[in-house]
Amino acid sequence: MIWLDTIVQGILLGGLYALFATGLSLVFGIMRLVNLAHGDMIVLAAYLILVLVMTLGLSPWIAVLIAAPVMFALGWLLQRVVLNRVLGPDILPPLLVTFGLSIAIQNALLEGFSADSRRIPNPELEGASMALGPINVGVMPMLTFASAIVVIVILNRVIYATPLGRSFRATSDDPVTAGLMGVEPMKVFAVATGLAMVVVTIAALYLGTRANFDPAIGPARLIYAFQAVIIGGLGSLWGTLAGGIIIGVAQTLGAAVNPEWQILSGHIAFLVVLLIRPRGLFPRAYD
Amino acid sequence: MTPSDTPWRASSKTRAGTFVAILAVAVILIGLVLPGFASRRLIQDLFYILTMLTLAQIWNLLAGYGGLVSVGQQAFVGIGAYALFGAVILGGMDPMLAILLGGVAGLVLAVPMAFFAFRLHGAYFAIGTWVIAEVTRLLVAQWKALGGGTGTSLPRAATSDMIGVAQVAELFDVRTAAARDILAYWIALILAVAVIAGIYGLLRSRMGLALIAVRDNPEAAKSVGVDVRWLKWAVFLIASVATGVTGALIFLQTARISPDAAFAITDWTAYVIFIVVIGGIGTIEGPILGVLVFFLLRNSLADYGSWYLLTLGLIAILAMIFAPKGLWGLISARSGLHLFPIRRRLTGPLPERGEG
Repeated sequence: MIWLDTIVQGILLGGLYALFATGLSLVFGIMRLVNLAHGDMIVLAAYLILVLVMTLGLSPWIAVLIAAPVMFALGWLLQRVVLNRVLGPDILPPLLVTFGLSIAIQNALLEGFSADSRRIPNPELEGASMALGPINVGVMPMLTFASAIVVIVILNRVIYATPLGRSFRATSDDPVTAGLMGVEPMKVFAVATGLAMVVVTIAALYLGTRANFDPAIGPARLIYAFQAVIIGGLGSLWGTLAGGIIIGVAQTLGAAVNPEWQILSGHIAFLVVLLIRPRGLFPRAYD
Repeated sequence: MTPSDTPWRASSKTRAGTFVAILAVAVILIGLVLPGFASRRLIQDLFYILTMLTLAQIWNLLAGYGGLVSVGQQAFVGIGAYALFGAVILGGMDPMLAILLGGVAGLVLAVPMAFFAFRLHGAYFAIGTWVIAEVTRLLVAQWKALGGGTGTSLPRAATSDMIGVAQVAELFDVRTAAARDILAYWIALILAVAVIAGIYGLLRSRMGLALIAVRDNPEAAKSVGVDVRWLKWAVFLIASVATGVTGALIFLQTARISPDAAFAITDWTAYVIFIVVIGGIGTIEGPILGVLVFFLLRNSLADYGSWYLLTLGLIAILAMIFAPKGLWGLISARSGLHLFPIRRRLTGPLPERGEG
């Protein structure tokens, strides 16, 4: 029973990692850009929610509704002002720019909020649990997992059944031809990054309410997100969820054996998948 | 002179290049005798500058010439340093000899790392190297004999009895601690010169030509028979050995190690990337200029803590947008200077004109 419990906790943790990874997957799928500051963006959004909750006394669920458009605008601006200028056949400039951004965000947060670890207060649901068959699961982990599924369903709808999604796919396939058809790739990219930042805000809500966070934890979140994307296979959001679950289960199983092995076993699961299926479990995009 | 006397020749010789060669020899000679009259503080600063310059040159070879944007270089610094500590503490080896072991450790780690990371392309390669560096850090933190997660120190006896310390102490009439710093500084100087000369030599060789061809146009390079895969392996392994040696040297000087310090992505990769980007990627001059700018910024902003890193991050972003070739790129474009000429230029029967 303890193993079943561990595995269920791992699956639910995978929902959180899938939320971290979805934004990364979306941006990569559309513009072949890997945002090395992705993890730090999640932490930034968590601080934004924290500030809204602390200064305005809002519930975190309301705060996220205010934070999401702010993060959308931030993502849109970042893409228009900075990232669009460095996109191109050479992968080095966007990598280095987002790496610089990662260091800048971490240290700006450090300056603004100190290195103390913080948590978004969530008195109603903190510690609440419910029975799921023979085992008890936390309400927050369940909500996280459900949110991951909802986010992926909505994003898939947007991508495959709306004009916006059509322009995403067209730009992803061939920006030049898409341009001839009246799609402006640079505008599409900005909307995509904005959308990714909305997902980041949702991920930040769960990151910040479930555990403590501080300005330095972004890079580790980026790594989990990246692993989920690679395991799942590029371009498949459901694959990303599967990747998140694999990392989550590997981590909780590792932690059950020896707490020091939690992170390590997640990394090793990633390397094993990379060894057996270098293109991930459900590859869709070719790149 | 009749045209037939001077046949067409492809040469990479420039006037500035010759001048720099003479200047470099002078700088190296001054650097070698410097401990005779410089303060210990200056020697320590120069040690830091030289080791960062070495790491920057190596990363520049990987990313600027080899197209391998690694964000996992801290893995090699860390493993090199731990190899030195392991050999000295557990094996009783002389620290001077153990520095070389750092290079061996780098090579041993590089083979599996390349095996995994080369399955990933472009940006994913970058994060892949980072993951493997993290795995290495977590594994090393399990090495209880070397202090596990908290780390350990080199025994004082080992570092003061190290080869050469007594002679240096006698030569400059200083205490053993200062003599150790001088010795470490000399090795750092020799290492930096060797790495720069090695990279310069490599770039002028057939292999360097192939590297630059691949960087500029991989398809065209393949079509004329360049083996891209082999080339990437070769560059990666060379860089790993050199980084391992540098890591061992850095932590020999510190004499204290912990997994977090030895595998720090900020210290051994972020700073290094900023140095290269600000100075100018894809040139040998760039990192040299970059490390000086980096050090000046560090000294002037040292009291502001995180503002310093924030500024560095923003400067790197601005550099990448407005001056993708860095400071050296700006200078070189204005003046046409090439201090380390690697491009072959055609010189022939026409009367030679001075080249910058």
